[in-house]
Amino acid sequence: MPKFILEKEGATKQLEVITLKEAYQKLKINPTTVLATRNNELIIESTKLKPKDEIKIIPVISGG
Amino acid sequence: MSCKFCKTKPVITLTNNKINLCKSCFIKYFERKALKTIKQYKLLEKKDNVVCAVSGGKDSLSVLNLLIKLKDKMNLTLTALLIDEGIKGYRNKSIENAKKFCKEKNIKLEIASYKENFGKTLDSMKKKNKNTIACSMCGVFRRSLLNKKSRELKATKLATGHNLDDEAQSILMNQLRHNIALSSRLGPITGVKRDPRFIPRIKPFYFLTEKEVATYAFLHNLVNDFNECVYCEESYRFEIRDLLNDMEQKHPGTKHALVASFIEVLPLLKNKFKDIEIRSCKNCGEPSSSEICNVCQIIKKII
Repeated sequence: MPKFILEKEGATKQLEVITLKEAYQKLKINPTTVLATRNNELIIESTKLKPKDEIKIIPVISGG
Repeated sequence: MSCKFCKTKPVITLTNNKINLCKSCFIKYFERKALKTIKQYKLLEKKDNVVCAVSGGKDSLSVLNLLIKLKDKMNLTLTALLIDEGIKGYRNKSIENAKKFCKEKNIKLEIASYKENFGKTLDSMKKKNKNTIACSMCGVFRRSLLNKKSRELKATKLATGHNLDDEAQSILMNQLRHNIALSSRLGPITGVKRDPRFIPRIKPFYFLTEKEVATYAFLHNLVNDFNECVYCEESYRFEIRDLLNDMEQKHPGTKHALVASFIEVLPLLKNKFKDIEIRSCKNCGEPSSSEICNVCQIIKKII
């Protein structure tokens, strides 16, 4: 199962999903508010994930 | 699932038209869009003395990165200006990032702090005034100090990293609070009429979303983390931001439509408020719409 590192929450989760879009739905993450990387490269919502993938979810909101 | 133009691996799907772009096509799209805004709204002229407001975050370092690319072509004088509000655990990290970037790019960095200019850090103001919303004091102080320091640096333009999300939030906040006079000062270049005491603020990323700016910053390795200000959750803007992001997810293109609608009525708003007199604050001499400026009013109330 791909592993998701949630930078904002400082948490890690493993989810049985095929695409990043499904992961966002399961994690209740609004895709307009985050970037996702795999091996330090940006990936998009329709990217198909592999079982050993490690995905970082980075919030894009900064400032105040 | 490939880039619309060159069929390679995409790094972003644009939210309002669902187009996928790879790294190189996205950077071209992004810079072209910012340059189009600069040209269309006459944000820059040749030989402008530009002060770029930097915080060390993704928006400001991205706009500085773009201005550096234009510097020689447009014969610009470019200085970075950082306002240190005194927010422990947030600003100190981003100051280091700004210093590192400016050193690498050989850009002069000026730092002005609340402590030096207003006598206290934002943390200590907040500590003494627990019920006052930090953002409402901070916004007034920061805008005033940016303008004052830019004027001292003889700037002809003050560039900021404001993006489409920031502008959509401001428009909606002003509508919901019936602050139309404040909206008349918005737009890609701020101000209702020219006054030598106000340095025009320019927003080259006016039509680029927060996610697009974050993507540009990530691809240029400009920031290590995308930190949120510790006081952010207190603000009304935070609620509006979440509301707009929910709407954008359900109805892609919402933010673009809101800003595009606003741009159409902005000339009418500017015309409506063009005769408002800009006075000088009786206390500090800074430009103000009332006898005592907002900065002095807040200082009197909280410090």
